[in-house]
Amino acid sequence: MDKTKGLMEILRHKRVAAVIRFGGLFGLALAVFAMVLLVFGQNPFRAYADIFRATLGSSHGFSEVLVKMIPLVLTALAVAIPSRIWLINVGGEGQLFIGALFATWGAVNFTHLPAWLMLPWICFLGFLGGGLWASISGFMRAKGWASETISTLLMNYVAILLVSFFVFGPWKDPESANYPQSAPFPDAAILPSLLDSRIHLGALIAIAGLLLFYFVMTRTRWGLEMRAMGINQEAARRNGVSTNRYILLLMFIGGGMAGLAGMGEVSAIHGQLRPSLSPGLGYMGFLISWITMGSPLGIVAAAFLISIITAGGDILQMTHRIPAAAIHILMALVLFVVLARSTGKKGGK
Amino acid sequence: MKINPAPLLSFRGITKSFPAVLANDHIDLDIYGGEIHALLGENGAGKSTLMKILYGFYQADGGSILVNGQPVQIRSPHDARGQRIGMVFQDFILIPALTVAENIALFLSDLPFILDNDAIVSRIENISERYSLQVKPEAPVWQLSVGERQKVELLKLLLADARILILDEPTRSLAPHEVIGLFQVLANLRRDGYAVVVITHKMKEVLECADRITVMRRGKIASTLLGAEATENTLVSLMFGKAVAESPQRRGESPPEEGIPFLELKGVSTQPEGTGIGLKEINLTVRPGEIVGVAGVSGNGQRELGDVVLSIEKCARGTKYLGGQDATRWSVAQVRNSGTAFIPEDPLGMAAFPWLSVQENMAMSDVSRYARHGGLSMDWEAVRTDLQASLKRLGFQIPPFYVPLGILSGGNIQRMILAREMAHNPRLIIAFYPTRGLDVQSAVAAREVLLASRDAGAAILLISEDLEELFSLSDRLAVMLRGEIVATSAPRDITVQEIGYLMTGSKGEGAERG
Ligand SMILES: Nc1ncnc2c1ncn2[C@@H]1O[C@H](COP(=O)(O)OP(=O)(O)OP(=O)(O)O)[C@@H](O)[C@H]1O
Ligand SMILES: [Mg+2]
Repeated sequence: MDKTKGLMEILRHKRVAAVIRFGGLFGLALAVFAMVLLVFGQNPFRAYADIFRATLGSSHGFSEVLVKMIPLVLTALAVAIPSRIWLINVGGEGQLFIGALFATWGAVNFTHLPAWLMLPWICFLGFLGGGLWASISGFMRAKGWASETISTLLMNYVAILLVSFFVFGPWKDPESANYPQSAPFPDAAILPSLLDSRIHLGALIAIAGLLLFYFVMTRTRWGLEMRAMGINQEAARRNGVSTNRYILLLMFIGGGMAGLAGMGEVSAIHGQLRPSLSPGLGYMGFLISWITMGSPLGIVAAAFLISIITAGGDILQMTHRIPAAAIHILMALVLFVVLARSTGKKGGK
Repeated sequence: MKINPAPLLSFRGITKSFPAVLANDHIDLDIYGGEIHALLGENGAGKSTLMKILYGFYQADGGSILVNGQPVQIRSPHDARGQRIGMVFQDFILIPALTVAENIALFLSDLPFILDNDAIVSRIENISERYSLQVKPEAPVWQLSVGERQKVELLKLLLADARILILDEPTRSLAPHEVIGLFQVLANLRRDGYAVVVITHKMKEVLECADRITVMRRGKIASTLLGAEATENTLVSLMFGKAVAESPQRRGESPPEEGIPFLELKGVSTQPEGTGIGLKEINLTVRPGEIVGVAGVSGNGQRELGDVVLSIEKCARGTKYLGGQDATRWSVAQVRNSGTAFIPEDPLGMAAFPWLSVQENMAMSDVSRYARHGGLSMDWEAVRTDLQASLKRLGFQIPPFYVPLGILSGGNIQRMILAREMAHNPRLIIAFYPTRGLDVQSAVAAREVLLASRDAGAAILLISEDLEELFSLSDRLAVMLRGEIVATSAPRDITVQEIGYLMTGSKGEGAERG
């Protein structure tokens, strides 16, 4: 017991060292981006101050960061859950679109439903849509027909085209002359906001998703079986774990998470279905899950960081007239930092 | 044999501790050029750890290593190779899709920018001639048997100019004739002044081939003796501090040939998959209270036989009965839940989860038994109780339950798998090489537990290449060749030699057809 205590201490020291290194590298990334700002003829101090004020420095800014985090956490879960058994789900984007499509169908066709029925109804549909879309890839993988990596990626394009088809065609709102968008959601189908801000019910769904994910992985028999499969699939099969069932199930649940993200965006943010629903939220979620190796706390931290950076990009574009793409430089720099930190780590949790 | 006066390699006061154990405790050991030095010791004694320190996988906490009398720093396998030290691992690190020559070329440090295949092939042929390490340089590695792959590993080290060769349990998965071949090669190497260190648990090999024998016990050197002076008894008492119980013997008479078989295969055939082999028209019965031994050179369908019983592989034709029920289309989980234990040939690859804890590994063999609240939680208390009871029954030392299984020694992992599979009074036991990697005492314990289970009414299918083990445990023997059962017989009606012929297909008659 004494010896394990000693070990914990070293770990803690190692963690301290890691935090210092991380902080240093992060500072370096900010410094490099400051030079980029200088090249654009901007005062980096003022730019950073503006970004800070618009994100962490005010309660409104902070709430906006949280709003941005909601779909990112959900799409990250969409990748993290199947990744427990080494399934690579690159299809978060498409699953998000199909989730939004299903939710829209439910919202605009059942306008008479009261909110207490309508909200669970569109949540269910959003989950189902994303889940079914991902299950197609899961099924092909379980049958050994196609790798889920390729099929989920290709199906992103199909999903986006499908949404375009509906909003340009049959579902186009006659009221909105030329815009390709669906009829607006009835009030009952708008996720209620929390704390008098734009933070919506999706935040609670994301938190519940994270907690459930953590609980299932660490406490339950299914978590044990999934961790076992993730370590040695061959041995899991010989111990009677039905691997194909888990492939289908985890792809369905993962896709469902992305579908919930799509439902949240279309209901609480846009209020109607548009082809511009997502600026690559699904891909961003993939990135987050991948760099954090699917750890629940890591997902929250990374989603937070990325939300601040994207919010910062909006600020720079609006107040400093810097092209929005410039913020991708900062994003890339920060990713380098995160990746540098996580080299050589493998397996484990 | 001529031993050079100065040791080629010396360990001085090597100490290494892991969180829970002192794996090496002030080890002093000299290895000379021109000797075969055997390293013996019970499971977990610290043999592999010492060799991994030498090869740069672990850093010693204290002590030094001298090569040719000079102290050297070895921080990585790369450093070790620089000191002309080479190691053959239990799990070979060859790339199956590449040829022998390509695999060897990849390992060489002086690899030119443009591969000169012919030059490498001729170097391989030179060396393989000299040490009777015959392999075809153009053959892709996936076609090779375990014994041949081992030869490739040795060739790799020789071409890379190693002088000190370490082999960690090289004979573990070799057939008897391959073992003889290996030791011939090692004798040739000794002649040319190489230092060869061999870790093994097999007494006979050690006594036949080793010039000197070092016995390790609980991280310390118990003694080093000359091979000529050692006897099995002295070695065993050095290893365990006491004499080992005699190996249990098969009961005198065969069991009555009646009762419903627990396992019955009727005309079972399978489709060959990948590099595997298809089963052809297998008819086999195993009754409760009976051990049926399957002899055969590995790769003749034994793995497929186990997989068919376990439902990992589907029957293309024929029927399978378990406990009298048609189980042809059962899932693996159904077969497992009907009381089937499975001890595979390669526990790390096929049964264990190295990053899960010891108790989680235990729970994996029967998750439903330990799941509570419909799966929302697990009863770890029950898992620990069962595991402890099973380990006690086998007389195995009880490891900490929270550590990842992967940090246990090779033999201790095999012990855990045995304990896990024997924990729930299985009705059918499929056991591949159940004593592989176990020290002599644990091997005896494992055999005793198999016999006790048989006496308690379990049906046992025992697959092994070790004919001695098969003869001493089995009530009936079956011989497999190219996916078929070519003969079945009671052990007293057939000789080891006849079985040997049947296994290699050099003589088809001599036993009643199955
Ligand atoms: N990486 C590790 N972390 C913690 N403990 C370890 C580690 N590697 C080995 N050990 C422990 O050190 C001890 C010695 O292990 P080692 O593998 O050297 O035994 P061994 O003599 O090779 O046994 P075997 O005959 O079973 O292979 C064991 O108790 C093992 O659990
Ligand atoms: Mg070992």
